[in-house]
Amino acid sequence: MTDLATYNFAYLDEQTKRMIRRAILKAIAIPGYQVPFASREMPMPYGWGTGGVQVTASIIGPEDVLKVIDQGADDTTNAVSIRAFFQKVANVAVTTHTSDATIIQTRHRIPEQKLGENQVLVYQVPIPEPLRFLEPRETETRKMHALEEYGLMHVKLYEDIAHNGRISKTYAYPVKVDGRYVMDPSPTPKFDNPKMHMSDALQLFGAGREKRIYAVPPYTEVVSLDFEDYPFEIQKFEQDCALCGAHGVYLDEVVLDDKGGRMFVCSDTDHCEDRREHGHVGEMLAPSKEAAE
Amino acid sequence: MNIKTQALSGGFGEPVFESQSVFRMLMDGMARPGSIRSVEPDVGQPDPFGGAAGAIALTLCDHETPVWLSAGLTKTAVPEWIGFHTGAQITREKAEARFAFVEAGATLASFGLFSAGTQEYPDRSTTLIIEVAAFGEGQTLTLTGPGIQQTTIVKVKGLPEVFARLWADNRALFPRGVDVVLTAGKSMLCLPRTTKIAIQ
Repeated sequence: MTDLATYNFAYLDEQTKRMIRRAILKAIAIPGYQVPFASREMPMPYGWGTGGVQVTASIIGPEDVLKVIDQGADDTTNAVSIRAFFQKVANVAVTTHTSDATIIQTRHRIPEQKLGENQVLVYQVPIPEPLRFLEPRETETRKMHALEEYGLMHVKLYEDIAHNGRISKTYAYPVKVDGRYVMDPSPTPKFDNPKMHMSDALQLFGAGREKRIYAVPPYTEVVSLDFEDYPFEIQKFEQDCALCGAHGVYLDEVVLDDKGGRMFVCSDTDHCEDRREHGHVGEMLAPSKEAAE
Repeated sequence: MNIKTQALSGGFGEPVFESQSVFRMLMDGMARPGSIRSVEPDVGQPDPFGGAAGAIALTLCDHETPVWLSAGLTKTAVPEWIGFHTGAQITREKAEARFAFVEAGATLASFGLFSAGTQEYPDRSTTLIIEVAAFGEGQTLTLTGPGIQQTTIVKVKGLPEVFARLWADNRALFPRGVDVVLTAGKSMLCLPRTTKIAIQ
């Protein structure tokens, strides 16, 4: 532990950790309710996951194995730098394999592989208040949550249908937690919303700039808001992953040239690599097709 | 040992790592109500404090969290011990307390005077740490609610007599309400306000 001399374990001082830990316990006790906390300045800008980092720093211990994903990928800037941060300040083991991790910090995706009871998912949240774009005043949104007055959100979804013929929200799709609080599931694609429902894993949400922590305990109802005649639907992809051939997973579109060439690949890089290691091949990697051309 | 010496002894040997391990037990316990966990570190708490209750005090209390103690605890070295090790202020006002510790067998007439938070800020409520005689024997509690897949059944000996009624009243306040941690020696069991309890 001598190489940690410059920082306390996991960067934050112990008093800050206690304050965040108390907020986390209350957040778990009131599913979906946003607990205010005294967010600290972190050695990275707001918007880079300072909320998630503070939550992770407060719960992580020397025995944990950390995985960090950014839009499903382990190898993008945000994920790499946060992983390196915790290697430096907490000296913890890190992994890219979903099944090996005990804490997974995520910016807007839930891994394709089902999470287990021994895992905690920590979300980095930019705007925790689902009603904020409908009502800018904090005093008013707080009152709306207090009175369980969510009519405005249903009006917004209804107007979507009136304008576009469908609910056009594709990410940060509002959910109701345990039949009480309407919650912003952070800007995850709505494709991931059903995975939050009755999850085996504890889910914690940290918003650093907005100074809020909230939580969804395991085995808790998480229902995406909808109407009887316009039920909630997740995105469907016609293509399979071009590299691993996976179907029914969330895909990213990658532009290949300036002539309209493009490919669709798994957003969850670990899931994709794991499938390829097990011999699954998508159309762009298939040797038979190359030979035929 | 006189009270002064008791108050100054004990505490975490490795404060950073031991408080993290105790917190993770509390977090997992709150997330999975009714699961029984045992704290590992020995914190040398004065009687009649239990090992788990002492470890929880060291993990969560500091100068920002007024602590209320039941009558049986105030007459012992516990107030000085908490004050010395955590810096928390001991309060006699239940409504001010962020944490309240109750010794085994103490009569608990009501949760009503503890803070239940407000409708706008339900998180500003007291967390009660109640010592019971033992887990695994005594009354059978059937738990349902968030964090529990179907039902969790636990046996608790030495629950305050009127606990079922107190808890039903507490449930009715939701989202306001107190949260409870039951401790028995080094073991603990969490009951967040969302948990429904049927007692046989």
